[in-house]
Amino acid sequence: MTVPGAAAPLALSGVRYQYAGTSAWALDGVDLTVEPGRILGVVGPNDAGKSTLALVASGLAPLAIGGRLEGSAALGGRETRELAAHEAAQRSGILFQNPSTQLSGTAHTVWEEVAFGPRNVGLGLGEIVERVEASLAALRIESLAPRDPARLSGGQAQLVALASVFALRPACLVLDEPTSQLDPEGTRLVGEAIRRLAGELGSAILVTEHKTALLARVADAAIALRGGTVVARGTVREVLEDPALIELGVDPPPAVRLRRALAAAEVDAGAARRTLDALAALDVKEAAG
Amino acid sequence: MEDALNEAASRVPDYVLRPVDGTYRRLNPTTKLVIAFSAALVAFGVRGWTGPLVVLAIVVATAAVTRIGRAMRPFVLATIPLIASILLVNTFLYPGAEDVLLRVGPFAATGTGLTEALQASLRVVAFALSVAVFSLTTPTDDLLVDLERRGVGRRGVFVIGSAIRTIPRMVERAGEIVEAQRARGLDTEGSPLRRIRGILPLAGPMILGAVTDVEERTVALEARAFSAPAQRTVIRPIPDSPAQRAVRWSAGLGAAGLVALGIAGILRFP
Repeated sequence: MTVPGAAAPLALSGVRYQYAGTSAWALDGVDLTVEPGRILGVVGPNDAGKSTLALVASGLAPLAIGGRLEGSAALGGRETRELAAHEAAQRSGILFQNPSTQLSGTAHTVWEEVAFGPRNVGLGLGEIVERVEASLAALRIESLAPRDPARLSGGQAQLVALASVFALRPACLVLDEPTSQLDPEGTRLVGEAIRRLAGELGSAILVTEHKTALLARVADAAIALRGGTVVARGTVREVLEDPALIELGVDPPPAVRLRRALAAAEVDAGAARRTLDALAALDVKEAAG
Repeated sequence: MEDALNEAASRVPDYVLRPVDGTYRRLNPTTKLVIAFSAALVAFGVRGWTGPLVVLAIVVATAAVTRIGRAMRPFVLATIPLIASILLVNTFLYPGAEDVLLRVGPFAATGTGLTEALQASLRVVAFALSVAVFSLTTPTDDLLVDLERRGVGRRGVFVIGSAIRTIPRMVERAGEIVEAQRARGLDTEGSPLRRIRGILPLAGPMILGAVTDVEERTVALEARAFSAPAQRTVIRPIPDSPAQRAVRWSAGLGAAGLVALGIAGILRFP
């Protein structure tokens, strides 16, 4: 069945989801749409339903892990419950938190790791070569191609995992706390990659994150979840600057916290910025000297 | 059509095509798998010292020729807990043995028990090393493609591949857990008793971690279209020949025959 008016790469409407063997709804009445080239950030405390939302948005719940899905979860206009898991994987790719467990474990080089998905669906060799090269280039990790996937840093492994998912050419990418196990450099690399995939290649991206500073940099819009329900939605700035975010147990980005601290101390933000700029300039001069 | 295929193949980097050196390494993955299984069958099925010692000799020679000696270490280390328990149980608790070598409290170590324990330990080491030689000289991906071509389900093949790759990973994980627990004050060095006590807090996280890993890996594989019904695309040509088919049949039937003749008492091995 094609869902009328829901041809967006990802469209959830009234989605409720219950894990197998449980009676509670892990998601309850979630509505969202992610259009091509847009990035939707998802924030919320632990157990808010962020990872469940990621599984539903990728089609893995219920296709691979079972459970009960109500409402409409559509990938490119097709209901996920009508797709096979391998078909859903070509419409919505998912990246998990832990880079080491999402690599195939069978590839000797990064090149082969990225080719794993396209080979599974039986693409021709020429198409595979083209997709592997394009995915590595999209994430700017061509230099990693000959390396052993098991011997990469966390950030590099996460980029390889993202390239591997991207090689299946899904219109939608779901990233479930992709930087939670990464250092600041790894976080920066993944953040840049996310922006590039949406901005230059038109991927629709849903990203759940605790690191609100990263979301503030990359996302266009955001929602906040609590108890499986959407409790706030808007532009990323509106959601991340909402004072209610702290009550949810989510830390606002450092810039928001600094602005609030300055306001609480009745410091003129303009004067503070000029002072910080002057100090930064002094640092640069000292470094040059 | 063939030109297009050749053109595509020419764009696959050399480090992926990996031309391999050496006769053993060049063998078809299924041939190596059958040899490994046959070796394991002989090691466990042929009575006395002959089975494990012959297999050990072959495996060590193959490891030397293929230059994988150092890489086999994790596989040997993985057998230590099992061998320790085999030695203790057989040496001290072998039923019916009366040739006492020494007494430790209420337990008596017997010569018969020690002999059985050493033979069983050799079998375990021979088995572990034959698996090591196979896994270290065979790209899992090639095995996956070759077995799938022979009609074995992709999931079944992956279970074999994952099991083989899990051993070094488990050893690595054990090292990480020991380091973490040592950093929090657990004494994992010193007397054998202390070391055995140190194994207990190690086993829980290792087993739970491995189970969690498998769960996560399974879901992640689904996200990579692993269950797609299509035939997996072959990147590297996988060699095979009538001679290799003959080797596979000879190894399998030979090993089964030796074991059967030994059990029937027609062949006696020292």
